[in-house]
Amino acid sequence: MSAAPRETSWSGQKGAFLALLGPPLGWFLLFFAAPLAVVWAYSFGTNVGAAEIAISGTFANYARALEPLYLGILAKSVGIAALATLICLLLGFPVALAISFAAPQARIWLLIGIMLPFWTNLLIRTYALIAVLRDEGLVNTALASLADALGLPFAPLRMINTNVAVIVGLVYVHLPFMVLPIYAALDRMDRTLIEASLDLGAGHLRTMFAIVIPLAAPGIAAGLLLTLVPALGSYLAPDLLGGPNSQMIANVIERQFKRANDWPFGAALSFMLVYLTFLILALRPLLARKGAGA
Amino acid sequence: MRTIIEFRNISKSFGDVLAVDDVSLTINEGEFFALLGPSGCGKTTLLRMLAGFETPSRGTILIDGRDITRTPPNRRPVNMVFQSYAVFPHMSVLQNVEYGLRMDGVAAAERRARAREALAQVKLEALEARMPDQLSGGQRQRVALARAIVKRPRVLLLDEPLSALDAKLREELRFELSDLQDRLGITFVMVTHDQDEALALATRCAVMHKGSLLQVATPADLYEFPSSRLVADFIGSVNLFEGHVIADESDHAVIDLPEHGARAWLDHGVGVSETVTVWLAVRPEKVELHKRGHGTPPPEIEGTPAGYNVLAGTIRDIAYLGSESVFDVALESGQRLRVIRPNLTRWDQEDFIWDEPVWVAWHAEAAAVLLQ
Repeated sequence: MSAAPRETSWSGQKGAFLALLGPPLGWFLLFFAAPLAVVWAYSFGTNVGAAEIAISGTFANYARALEPLYLGILAKSVGIAALATLICLLLGFPVALAISFAAPQARIWLLIGIMLPFWTNLLIRTYALIAVLRDEGLVNTALASLADALGLPFAPLRMINTNVAVIVGLVYVHLPFMVLPIYAALDRMDRTLIEASLDLGAGHLRTMFAIVIPLAAPGIAAGLLLTLVPALGSYLAPDLLGGPNSQMIANVIERQFKRANDWPFGAALSFMLVYLTFLILALRPLLARKGAGA
Repeated sequence: MRTIIEFRNISKSFGDVLAVDDVSLTINEGEFFALLGPSGCGKTTLLRMLAGFETPSRGTILIDGRDITRTPPNRRPVNMVFQSYAVFPHMSVLQNVEYGLRMDGVAAAERRARAREALAQVKLEALEARMPDQLSGGQRQRVALARAIVKRPRVLLLDEPLSALDAKLREELRFELSDLQDRLGITFVMVTHDQDEALALATRCAVMHKGSLLQVATPADLYEFPSSRLVADFIGSVNLFEGHVIADESDHAVIDLPEHGARAWLDHGVGVSETVTVWLAVRPEKVELHKRGHGTPPPEIEGTPAGYNVLAGTIRDIAYLGSESVFDVALESGQRLRVIRPNLTRWDQEDFIWDEPVWVAWHAEAAAVLLQ
């Protein structure tokens, strides 16, 4: 309990508290918790008819999800998402740093620039990427005219329907989620700490690693999670940009629910992803502690 | 005395704003030098140019005769104690103090020994394992000090070192700072807007105003022999009377104060033409109060002919401050005068009351004559 007197604190007023909490809590239970519970129950079920599932309490679906084929896809999803996250960090940190050191008037426009892609539908943005990456796309056309000008032979780069395209798509979509929390952390940092470091004999590079990065660690940790978790469950990027060999776990799950009509197995695979996400979230405090205790 | 720092015609502008305007100044080795002035006078900019955080628009800065105008901060033989302390929040006290030595590549064992020695200098050896958020403001200040002195700089820069502390602690640290400077023998350059701090600590002060130096002198000279009304007014408080010199001999001078229908007598010549306007500056504690009720004649002042250095007035306000009382006296001309009387005995303050008619008087040596 807070030290505030009970009668002045609105959270002490049960009626007001329930009236405010009620609608969002009801919404959450009805549209999030309940469907999720149904899917969780399905993951312990068996198909008994074309549209009928018996909740038999079986672990067979999970056993199948742990088969090398599916574990391999899960591992590959983690790998692709992790690589995309790492690229986001390497690209996003300098961007966040540049924005936080920009003139105050410029800062707001740069931040709007970072968020601009959100104003367009994800599907449209992904199709636009196809136009950029395909064999006759913008990248290859540009490279072809460059090669032409230099008199070099040119064969179009194969990007679309490869893992590279998937990673490009994931980085593109998730970069703002990396930049914004790091920017917030850098913006809070006391600039005189940098001057103090220079004053004490450190160069700019050492100041970066000894002062700036450790102090931005909470923002970096938040950015890593905000990028890794949604990237892991990505569906559109591997579906549209990837080839048959760049399927991620979300694409496999979708097939179980639709073409294979095996809801119990799809549910079990879905929950494998949920459990994995929980595990990553549990790692967060560890990450934060390591960053703070440097 | 050996010169350690030399500013040669330094100017600095930020956009259209001229923050420092053609400042030339030398600071000697071992001095505790204060840059004093109101906020925005350019004193902090001057200090930051010495530290290397700003580059002068014009002019050169030398330390030990070497031009360091464009040397980056990490290659200068100076260290700074920041106003906000800027203690690294993710490092312990000891790690903070070791940081500068680590950057210089000092071996671990020597580093630790020197850091502990510096912490002992600021009486913080017991707290070396603490994190900054477990320290009070005064302790963080000491960490910042230890972190700077551990590098044994040629010059220690202090940016408003005591301004963020409460009054009691400020006084305590003031003595410690001057004690520390005595022990270390390092040249200190301090920026402050607090005249008491500057007078108490500095061996020499530069008073700045709008980017220029007004006067560079010892604290006592600044107070007793200010060069201008601005300096007289900024260092302590002062009563000013406008007038003209009407007699100027080698052993005395007379100044006519037309607004007050009175004349002032000085015990020395001033060497000023009779045509220019001068200002007579008298410090509040150098003004005497005498009773004027029931036709009491003006007091006789030792060393001053009768009729000089006396004005009639009425007490308008009394502020009792314990050790002294401050009187606000309305002169017959309408000008207000500030008079400070020490409360030397326990019944002394009963002596004068509100709205009491008084004579104000000062000695022939009490006033300074200012030309600007």
